[in-house]
Amino acid sequence: MSHSASGSNTPGMRPAVKAEGLHVTRSHKRILRGLDFAIEPGRITGLLGPSGSGKTTLMRGIVGVQRLTAGTIEVLGRPAGTPSLRHDVGYVTQAPSVYTDLSVEANVRYFGAMHGATAADTAEAIAAVGLEALARQKTADLSGGEFSRVSLACALVAHPQLLILDEPTVGLDPVLRAELWERFAAMAESGTTLLVSSHVMEEASHCSSLLLLRDGLLLAQLSPAELSERGHSNDLEQAFLHIIQETSPPSNRRGANESQVAS
Amino acid sequence: MNPRMMFATTRRVLEQLRHDHRSVALIMVVPALLLTGVYYLFENETLPPGFPRTFDRVGLQMLAIFPFVVMFLVTSITMLRERTSGTLERLLTTPIHKADLLFGYALAFSIMAALQSLVATAVAYWIFNLDIKGGPGYVVLIAVINAVLGVALGLLCSAFARTEFQAVQFMPVVVIPQILLCGLFVAREHMNSILESISNVLPLTFSVDALQQIAGNAEATQAMWQDAGVMAAIVVGVLVLASFTLRRRTA
Repeated sequence: MSHSASGSNTPGMRPAVKAEGLHVTRSHKRILRGLDFAIEPGRITGLLGPSGSGKTTLMRGIVGVQRLTAGTIEVLGRPAGTPSLRHDVGYVTQAPSVYTDLSVEANVRYFGAMHGATAADTAEAIAAVGLEALARQKTADLSGGEFSRVSLACALVAHPQLLILDEPTVGLDPVLRAELWERFAAMAESGTTLLVSSHVMEEASHCSSLLLLRDGLLLAQLSPAELSERGHSNDLEQAFLHIIQETSPPSNRRGANESQVAS
Repeated sequence: MNPRMMFATTRRVLEQLRHDHRSVALIMVVPALLLTGVYYLFENETLPPGFPRTFDRVGLQMLAIFPFVVMFLVTSITMLRERTSGTLERLLTTPIHKADLLFGYALAFSIMAALQSLVATAVAYWIFNLDIKGGPGYVVLIAVINAVLGVALGLLCSAFARTEFQAVQFMPVVVIPQILLCGLFVAREHMNSILESISNVLPLTFSVDALQQIAGNAEATQAMWQDAGVMAAIVVGVLVLASFTLRRRTA
């Protein structure tokens, strides 16, 4: 499909994800309230915001499992949820979704089978998350951090062009976290687009672009450097809080100003 | 349909079972033990000469009912876990076709059911000298179709349960009426017209009829094949219904 991109843009410049006027309402609750953004290919984009800000819903929308109330999401040039995208988009949910009664290897092999992965691909994905020594262990017997890495390996085995990771570093020790961010950087280097959500602001420094989400609205899309500049702080957490205060109108006028904040 | 994904699913489901030694043991041994119980239950009955033993009738039907009940329970719990653990949603983000998933499940549990009914049928034939005219191969065939029926209904019912506790409650709803009305306790022609017409459309009824055909005839009869065909059609129909409960996109 990439060759069908419009003539003025080279295929490499087409955004990996493009959302326009995105609204999601779930049982009368407005989860996403009008998002417009584009994600550059071959980069790590951070999706940051407090819990309940709509990060997971947005990610589900990009993966194509979330019904949209309004708006469109285009992924790799095709509407989100297009069957052919299932080969190209990897999704790691926040709660590790793997079979606890299977070994690490059996889990990775099974999800790999959906993409025609070979035994070598399986071994490579397990090595990538540092679980070689535990490959034959039953997943239920692993520690929390190991468990979530199995879930990651099940996505890596497919070699997706776009990898969506929902809070992948939660519960990991600092050493492991650093290793994972190195791995993500290497993947981006080789052309994979990554969208990584986190509610820990310090992780933002690993991303080349950030989407700041709050209450279903996009506060800003900027680089970590721009974030500390706009937030007047080198501490990204402080900077984020500053931007929130700057952009949030007093709560009694919030409804009227919503749409301005969104744009 | 993609055979690679289907067989991968079958392999995965069997691997999950393999790690669970106790369940495998229960699946393999319990029907044979219950059958033994049924044999001794009727041990002392007095029969007019030439009259068939009750065990030959009831025991034979049990051979087909066990796999149905066991596979219904095993499948509905397994599939419910798949739905609640997030693995189902994850699978549906991959290229797997719903049919690959459902038929992969059906194949895995049919293999287990075939093994189960081989053990139970062997016990019935060799230890208790089950006396019927037809061959044991046909008995196993009907038992396996029954198991697949249990799998299909289990896959479907798992969509209507939110917890494993609820899933187990579907057994009295789905399984027991079929056992009561299939003709095992009361011959169907002696039922009142309402019960009889309900029993006419319940899948297990066809299995009882097929087994009666096998019991009464040395060769496979056309009626038996017809029963088997109807059951296979019901299985496919239920699997199609189950596939509608697998949603790739939710609110």
